[in-house]
Amino acid sequence: MSQNRVDEYRRNFITALGGAAAVVAVAPTLLLREAHAAGEVAAKPADQAVTNAKRWGMLIDVTKLTDGGAGMVAACKKEHGWGDEAHSSPEQQAHWARVVKVTDKLTHNSFSLPVMCQHCENPPCVDVCPTGASMKRADGIVQVNKHTCIGCRYCMMACPYKARSFVHEALQDQKPHSPRGMGTVESCNMCVHRIDNGQLPACVEAAPDAVVFGDLNDPNSAVSQAMKTIGGKQIRADLELNTGVRYHGI
Amino acid sequence: MASQAIIFRETNDSKGFYILLALLGALLALGALAFFTAEHHGHHITGMNNQVVWGLPHVFAIFLIVAASGALNVGSIGTVFGKKLYQPMGRLSALLAISLLVGGLIVLVLDLGHPDRLIVAMTTYNFKSIFAWNIILYNGFLALSAVYIWTMMDRKVKKFYKLAGVAAFTWRLILTAGTGSIFGFLVARDFYNSAVMAPLFIVMSFALGLSVFILVLHFAYAWTGRQLGDVVMNRLRYLLAVFIGGVLLLEGARHFTGLYIAQKAGVEHFILFEGGLYTQLFWVGQIMLGSLLPLSLIFCRKLTNNRIALLLAALFTILGGFAQLYVILIGGQAYPLTLFPDADVSSDYFDGVLNTYVPSIWELMLGMGGVALTLVMVTIGVKVLRFLPDSLSDAVADPHSK
Repeated sequence: MSQNRVDEYRRNFITALGGAAAVVAVAPTLLLREAHAAGEVAAKPADQAVTNAKRWGMLIDVTKLTDGGAGMVAACKKEHGWGDEAHSSPEQQAHWARVVKVTDKLTHNSFSLPVMCQHCENPPCVDVCPTGASMKRADGIVQVNKHTCIGCRYCMMACPYKARSFVHEALQDQKPHSPRGMGTVESCNMCVHRIDNGQLPACVEAAPDAVVFGDLNDPNSAVSQAMKTIGGKQIRADLELNTGVRYHGI
Repeated sequence: MASQAIIFRETNDSKGFYILLALLGALLALGALAFFTAEHHGHHITGMNNQVVWGLPHVFAIFLIVAASGALNVGSIGTVFGKKLYQPMGRLSALLAISLLVGGLIVLVLDLGHPDRLIVAMTTYNFKSIFAWNIILYNGFLALSAVYIWTMMDRKVKKFYKLAGVAAFTWRLILTAGTGSIFGFLVARDFYNSAVMAPLFIVMSFALGLSVFILVLHFAYAWTGRQLGDVVMNRLRYLLAVFIGGVLLLEGARHFTGLYIAQKAGVEHFILFEGGLYTQLFWVGQIMLGSLLPLSLIFCRKLTNNRIALLLAALFTILGGFAQLYVILIGGQAYPLTLFPDADVSSDYFDGVLNTYVPSIWELMLGMGGVALTLVMVTIGVKVLRFLPDSLSDAVADPHSK
């Protein structure tokens, strides 16, 4: 079922990507993408180690996000259960993703985009972590090992995107697939539990017309092809972190 | 040789000793209460949050850690650079260094989200992390300082005195460079990402460590009725002036560079001119009260040989250093991260706005607990072992001074 859903998102995205003329112009490419989309997010057997054959990433077309990404953020919150910490102040509550409105100071051109962990190839949070709890999986997913995080928050100081949150209180009724813990740091993990299960991340599923997800290492994957066609910008590209989350329209 | 005439003796049993311990014990108890309260409830009872992630405990911890390496300088000047006047103070210097470091580390560790996982931090290292290197550097510093004390106290290992002193001195320079680099290596924060943070922290350690040493030395001698002459204190007085000047030089270089580079100019303007509390702490706390006032107290001719003036100079240097660290740590985080240069950003999660931080009483209690632990260690140390020379009067310290 999930695979059909993946294909459906690809098709929706492709359809929405451009006008009729653009579709005609890139039709061969899109057909190729259709062919390779199948099996892109295949389930990983639990006894099989993660390899670096794939690097997961996504392209978010903010021009297609009518809500600026609020739906994606809501889906993330629902999937992982963050942000309802009763005793924490608004500044202390966890935020794995948020909608940021950007207005250029000179041109006053404005747009909104969802900002979460950018899953950098060279993540500063991984570099600075003293215990190695902040880690990058072989397939490019950056996440926190909750068993070895000592709660020093150095990764939060290092992250350019304010993508990480510290849990300031004891938590109740957690999601079994997304364990969290007081005194540890957490962030978007690209819905690693879903990817390993052959599903798309929750935020991607929430915005099928605007987001393409897939293997950045495969030049023929839907996400690679989409980026080749419309580009994929990084936030703070000057830091040369080579982010796995890319944007169109920023 | 002056040092041969020096007799080291434990401090006497006195009512004052126990009163001091009781006072410090009360502060320690408050620190412990703060720790257990935060451990039980979580960090939501503190003023720290996901915008300002390091707060007052880190100001205390880094102050104590930086001062620790600086406190060892007095011993190093005697051992490494062969200045005999400083050699009798070597034992106290190393004891104070160890005590300050332990006091700072206890605050740092007890503020962790998971202090129970200290064993993880001690056994699992990510060697690309300067923080991991610091854990090794801190432990090595404690060990080397202890060995250094041993070579000063035990005649049988006297031949290793110089070697231990050089090793400890070298190690402490690397350690403080490492502490500064905790900030210097933060690529995304314009107020921090600079190589100057390493030497800045080194020269800060010189000034802060010496200031703490001057106060501890004075009160240790005053409260135990021992003689402490002007020869020793005046040497420390002018040394302090040199170190304060060094801090001003590097701070000047850092801030002028920040103003010059457009990317850093925003946060520099914030700290230097528009930052409210942080601007006041910088100009009034760090520069005027923490640097210019101590320099005036040191160089004012009417105050030559004036002990109170020197103690005030040391005290204000410490307060200035505290203000400086508060501005660096909290001020640097208060200024928002730059996601998109040349653009205004906003969100429901405090993007593009100045972050607020109000320290809680728990954080203050934890920090003061670290200070108290340092002073308890020194107080008990000089009571049970021979750290303090019986006298540091001018005649003993430098027979040729008059």
